[in-house]
Amino acid sequence: MTISRQYDVAVIGAGVVGCALARRYALAGADVVLIEKAADILDGASKANSAILHTGFDAPPGSLEQACIAEGYDEFMAIRERLNLPVLKTGALVIAWTDEEEAQLSRLMEQARQNGVTDFRRLTREETLAAEPQLSPTLRASFRVPREVVIDPWSTPLAYLKQAIALGAVLMRSAEVKAGRFDGNAWGLDTTQGTLKANLVVNAAGLYGDIVDQRLVRENTFTIRPRKGQFVVYDKPAAALTHHILLPVPTKTTKGIVVCPTVFGNVLVGPTAEEQDARDRADLVPETLDALRRRGEQILPALAAQEITAVYAGLRPATEEKEYRISHRADLNYVTVGGIRSTGLSSALGTATHVFRLTERLAQWPPPDAVPWPSVPNISESAPRDWHSAGHGGMVCHCEMVTEREVAAALSGELGAKSLAGLKRRTRVTLGRCQGFHCLHRLAEMTERHFDTPIAMPLGDHGR
Amino acid sequence: MAAELPAEADVVIVGAGPAGLAAAAELRALGMPRVLVLDRAREAGGVPRVCAHSPYGFREFRRLMFGPAYARALRDRAFSAGARIVTGAAVSRLLPGPRVEVTTDATGMIEIHARAVLLATGTRERARSGRLIGGTKPGGVMVTGALQNLVYGGHRRPFRRPVILGTELVSFSAILTCKHAGIRPAAMVEPGTRITARRYSAELPRVRGIPPWTNTEVIAVEGADAVTAIHVRQGTTQRQIEADGLVTTGCFRPEAHLAQIAGLEIDPGTGGPAVDDGGRTSAPGVYAAGNVLRPVETAGWCWREGLGVARVIAADLATRSRPELERAPIVVSGSALRYVMPKYISGADTRAFDVLQARVMRPVKGRLGVCVGTSEFAGRRLDTLPERRLTLALPRVSNQTMTVRLEDDARHAHESVRP
Repeated sequence: MTISRQYDVAVIGAGVVGCALARRYALAGADVVLIEKAADILDGASKANSAILHTGFDAPPGSLEQACIAEGYDEFMAIRERLNLPVLKTGALVIAWTDEEEAQLSRLMEQARQNGVTDFRRLTREETLAAEPQLSPTLRASFRVPREVVIDPWSTPLAYLKQAIALGAVLMRSAEVKAGRFDGNAWGLDTTQGTLKANLVVNAAGLYGDIVDQRLVRENTFTIRPRKGQFVVYDKPAAALTHHILLPVPTKTTKGIVVCPTVFGNVLVGPTAEEQDARDRADLVPETLDALRRRGEQILPALAAQEITAVYAGLRPATEEKEYRISHRADLNYVTVGGIRSTGLSSALGTATHVFRLTERLAQWPPPDAVPWPSVPNISESAPRDWHSAGHGGMVCHCEMVTEREVAAALSGELGAKSLAGLKRRTRVTLGRCQGFHCLHRLAEMTERHFDTPIAMPLGDHGR
Repeated sequence: MAAELPAEADVVIVGAGPAGLAAAAELRALGMPRVLVLDRAREAGGVPRVCAHSPYGFREFRRLMFGPAYARALRDRAFSAGARIVTGAAVSRLLPGPRVEVTTDATGMIEIHARAVLLATGTRERARSGRLIGGTKPGGVMVTGALQNLVYGGHRRPFRRPVILGTELVSFSAILTCKHAGIRPAAMVEPGTRITARRYSAELPRVRGIPPWTNTEVIAVEGADAVTAIHVRQGTTQRQIEADGLVTTGCFRPEAHLAQIAGLEIDPGTGGPAVDDGGRTSAPGVYAAGNVLRPVETAGWCWREGLGVARVIAADLATRSRPELERAPIVVSGSALRYVMPKYISGADTRAFDVLQARVMRPVKGRLGVCVGTSEFAGRRLDTLPERRLTLALPRVSNQTMTVRLEDDARHAHESVRP
């Protein structure tokens, strides 16, 4: 066990919410530690989402979720240029495909108005088709929400964390919180990387939120019921088929299957919403993927001629209720941020601010002398990429145009990638159509000794 | 290696595989001054570079060679002929003009203007995702090409006991690659009812002690960081094969994204750019040759297409003004035909292809014929399989309709005569 160190705030879980929390407390001058169980950040619910920055137009009016999304949206837009985060200003079309769905459009627009999203516009069938000519002509009507946009799902939380680290925050990876005690003044946390102390503990453990509560405060205010979402991703030529986020009319339980451009120049279709028990695996199911493909083709018939180049599945940390499950135990200097199901990317900054306000009593920290704004490397198609400028060292991944210089940078430093999955999320390597044909060999060389699980062993090596 | 790139060239060839290098040498032999070959890999030669075991070169060099030596010979021939070959040059976009947008370490992103661009970007195997295989996503799942790059290029071994999916020629190549690296595949599985490349290699897996299973679909991959098992379905029963990897072999597709993104007409049957008998695509000044035209032919076949299209390019550029394409579509009749290549007839004197290439979608017995106007030019009986190349002499026609017709015996047996 290492010698325990005293922090002001310990945030458990380096998903998008944890990264935003670490940033918020670090900005307030707190000495922050972010504790992550996995080998790298964004390894749970935050690794797989649809990458939409929602306005919250369809969130339950008056809900905490709606408030956090609205606040998170505004803060993202205010800071994103300083962090070099891209935005694909698509707007969304909420499309009715049946008479019943068409009848609901008015209610949804009224809900948007209640949520402060008033810049929508109703479109007839013809107007919708004029806006997106590749849509199936079987649609009935739609309304357009212009401020729904697409962002980079991985660089965004990385940028939050990078700013936190620039302010002195510490990231612990491969560190699972096993137990903890509150002595009336501070917490002692036992992790697999040693013990530490913190005045305030914020549980942002996502899919393991209830388990961490159980370990630390021995009670649960909710139970996680993982909800799986599968996605299919189409190759770059499909990007010409839609310039909007194409949303269905949502049901009570899910926002439904979305067809959506990505900042990486692809089109994705998903997610499904499938409840399951396992928290640590999200299995792909061929029949479901095929159903997603068919659903995508119903919406955009020209997808039939396009190639699926990636499939993925993620888990959302759903609970018994739709609403976020944020609870503050002032007597224990402990906050649980749970049940951030599917809007975490949109709401993270707002959620962090909300949690910070709950604990403001503790915020006696000296503010930082200056606020650094470290920028993250752009990996989106919305701005010049690394391969545009000379000295990039050559391409490692041809499909996604990832250079040697980018991979080397993503492997280095305090936030360097610790797994192939982490490297993918920082650079896009192997995410393209060839799925590793060209790059695997070079990646195996470049990542040697960086990862716990190597890509491939040298031929002479008999150990595995 | 990557060097300074010129701002313009007479012909830019994208891809330094058999088709591209053949075209480069031929264009130089025909007196084309500035022939520039760009390849994104670090070495020229294309796929044969990493095929250390297959026989190559008989058509081109009149002797049998291994892949790497063959790749070197092609490169040396193009180089001696005076073509400029730049590797580590990744073409990112094909633009009107024609121009190519390309990046190298030395230059960053630049544009090169050309009088003609030849797309010779080859083919790739379909990866796991395109096959919608289920389960988890550990490392150790890859296409044959990735395995060969790791083994021959990187002297690395990603697994010890993988399952090989597919029974095409390349699948047997994967087995040989495994042998070279001391890898013993746990099984070879084929979703179809029989081994696809049985004429060549049916005995190989048995000889190597690898059980070949037909009627077997891979449905899921199991494992968190590394593969621990492959789940397969045989009819209604499911079973689990203990394995630490999966090689998804074959199911080739043209590497045609440059053409697709540039908005060139794509032939849905081949997946590659639609071309006429000169290898001309729908974009002025843009040509295609080799496996980007269709999946998948031998290196020697692609080499010959490269020569043919090079002659057309030289002839087109010699006429100064680019010829207006008065091309006529080849009419295809018969639902069992997956594709007929080329798709158009130009009527020009110089042609790249002497034969029509066709493939069927399912096993077919019947008759394949090519008609000019109302009279049959060539035809023959068929008893064929989807993976077999079908060829028919390509008639020289102008101002007449050309039709390729496949009459399927089974259809006649089951359907009444239609008007």
